[in-house]
Amino acid sequence: MLEQYIKQRLQHKDLLLMTHIVLGYPSYDDAMRLVEGMVEAGVDLMELQIPFSEPMADGPVILKANAQALKAGATMEKSLRMAEQITAAFDIPFLFMTYYNILFKYGVSDFVAKMQAIGIKGAIIPDLPPEEGSEYLQAMQKHGLDPVHIFTPNSSMARKQQLNKHTSGFMYTVARKGVTGKDTQFGDELGDYLLDCRQATDLPLALGFGVKSKADYEFIRGKADVAIIGSEAIRVMEDHGVDAVGPFIRSIIT
Amino acid sequence: MQNRGYFNQFGGAFIPEILVPTFDQLEAAYLEAKADPAFWQEYVDLMSTYSCRATPITYAENLSRHFGGAQIYIKREDLNHTGAHKANNVMGQGLLTKRMGKKRVIAETGAGQHGVATATMAAKFGFDCTIYMGAVDVARQRPNVFWMEQMGATVVPVEDGSATLKDAINEAFRDWVTNMDDTHYVLGTACGPYPFPEMVSWFQSIIGSEAREQMLARQGRLPNRVYACVGGGSNAMGLFSGFMTDTEVELVGVEAGGRGKGIGEHAARLAYDDATIGVAQGYKTYFLQNNNGQMMDTHSVSAGLDYVGVSPILADLHDTGRVRFEAATDDEVVAAMQLVVQKEGLIPALESSHAFAQAFKEAPAMGKDEIILINQSGRADKDIFTVADAIDDPKWREFIITKADQYRARAAAEGGVE
Ligand SMILES: Cc1ncc(COP(=O)(O)O)c(C=O)c1O
Repeated sequence: MLEQYIKQRLQHKDLLLMTHIVLGYPSYDDAMRLVEGMVEAGVDLMELQIPFSEPMADGPVILKANAQALKAGATMEKSLRMAEQITAAFDIPFLFMTYYNILFKYGVSDFVAKMQAIGIKGAIIPDLPPEEGSEYLQAMQKHGLDPVHIFTPNSSMARKQQLNKHTSGFMYTVARKGVTGKDTQFGDELGDYLLDCRQATDLPLALGFGVKSKADYEFIRGKADVAIIGSEAIRVMEDHGVDAVGPFIRSIIT
Repeated sequence: MQNRGYFNQFGGAFIPEILVPTFDQLEAAYLEAKADPAFWQEYVDLMSTYSCRATPITYAENLSRHFGGAQIYIKREDLNHTGAHKANNVMGQGLLTKRMGKKRVIAETGAGQHGVATATMAAKFGFDCTIYMGAVDVARQRPNVFWMEQMGATVVPVEDGSATLKDAINEAFRDWVTNMDDTHYVLGTACGPYPFPEMVSWFQSIIGSEAREQMLARQGRLPNRVYACVGGGSNAMGLFSGFMTDTEVELVGVEAGGRGKGIGEHAARLAYDDATIGVAQGYKTYFLQNNNGQMMDTHSVSAGLDYVGVSPILADLHDTGRVRFEAATDDEVVAAMQLVVQKEGLIPALESSHAFAQAFKEAPAMGKDEIILINQSGRADKDIFTVADAIDDPKWREFIITKADQYRARAAAEGGVE
């Protein structure tokens, strides 16, 4: 379903933008304003991260955001309620991003059913390889939701093809090794890597990890279908306030 | 990977996609080494020349008499180079690192024993070395930090989360997902994603196979009960593996009871009812977490047992009933340690003293013809500050004050701090 949405949008513009927020950071109210600012600025899709105490794949910015959200009293119940409000208020698709223990403790099938009930369209679970995810994958399929997996510069063609079998919506491709939020050198190699990714899947490609500026965004144009901005938007908010994020996004896409 | 490393419902490999080829390579190297008798021989030779293997078993005559029950024997892992069983796993993984052609090692450490062991291995094999250590642990285990740095390792204090072992593990993984091409992550205990729990237990099984042979040679029979402390579970798995199929031998794992029951007060995942099954740090086991799945703070007087999860293999042995789990509180542990020091002149680490504390609770009720074997997983040199605090030794305090005055005077003379 996300696939159709992305392909439709791509008929009007050649590069979409997905952003990322952490539910409950810096507070639930501020996170809501953040979403509003981003959507108004023209974001096409958004990841809502449910905070976890051990965000192993995240770099310093998102790691701190997770910890702060929990310290400020973020809970599962509040995060789910807020996600429901967000999907009701804004007309773009939202995905959950979180770690597997959040689903596991809730009950994997119940969690997926809940996602559907509150209008979430897909999920990215970076510590759940398909080999460990059969219950999750079945539930996602049953509820018509998109499980998104990750291509990395280390993934062999065989691995990419295997991941592709378990993925719908779009493929998340990371631009480099490492955790979220560190610098990426956007160069020729990246172009070759994305060509490689195209061979392994017919799904739209979203490119993330280290996208920070209009120059990065323009570099991606014509190579991937969706650019992902994660840590940088959080950094802008931390340095310049919630209201600065909308203009930041606008400055990138226009 | 060929396998996923499940022990009934526990274990698995919940790893970020970027590490999939790294784990493929590690599993292949591990399985190949395991199938190669020459590898194990090389390992045993290394441990008998660089460390102190086979470590002896000591009969604790005075303690046995003191309690008037079971005969108490002690497996002396404290006699390893660097003072703990951690050396076994580290040297084994060092040999694997060489086989894989990697040039850099990273590790997490709690008490600092695993960090020191990894730093020695890196010095010996010529690897670059970075150690991640919770800031709380850096503060309470300065002597180990000192030695790691002397051996050329970079010690990175981790301020995130609870600033203890679990946070050091997360940070080591963050390093690994960036530098996997030339770097091996020497995980220090029988936890984490497959193949670590199995592989670490395999290297540590040298403890149990020696101990079994030694008991038979010395006493002509096996012990009735075997005790080991349980942090992540590597020394326990090491000793228990020697007796796993001897069903008449009772295996007892002793966790950190801290200040007693109640989440946040201890690190007893199996002995108390506060932990539930979850998935974190790449594997499925019992974790001390809330009902949202957030990991909770733990407490123990011993940094090395202060951890939210536990070996998936031990979680399974708990559920099947093969291993009995108990907890010893901070106070019991310090008292047990003092007793061992006074009665036997041995100096068990605070971690190991958990095993002693539990054995001492049970020994008096056992018969004189029964045998207890306790794993002294390490020695307490590193714990001197913590123990001196716990027993509030006035002479030690005076020594530190004098030393501090001297440093302060020198700093003032050099125009440093006031
Ligand atoms: C002396 C000693 N014993 C025990 C442990 C606990 O680890 P494990 O449960 O893996 O043996 C540690 C950990 O640092 C230690 O230093």
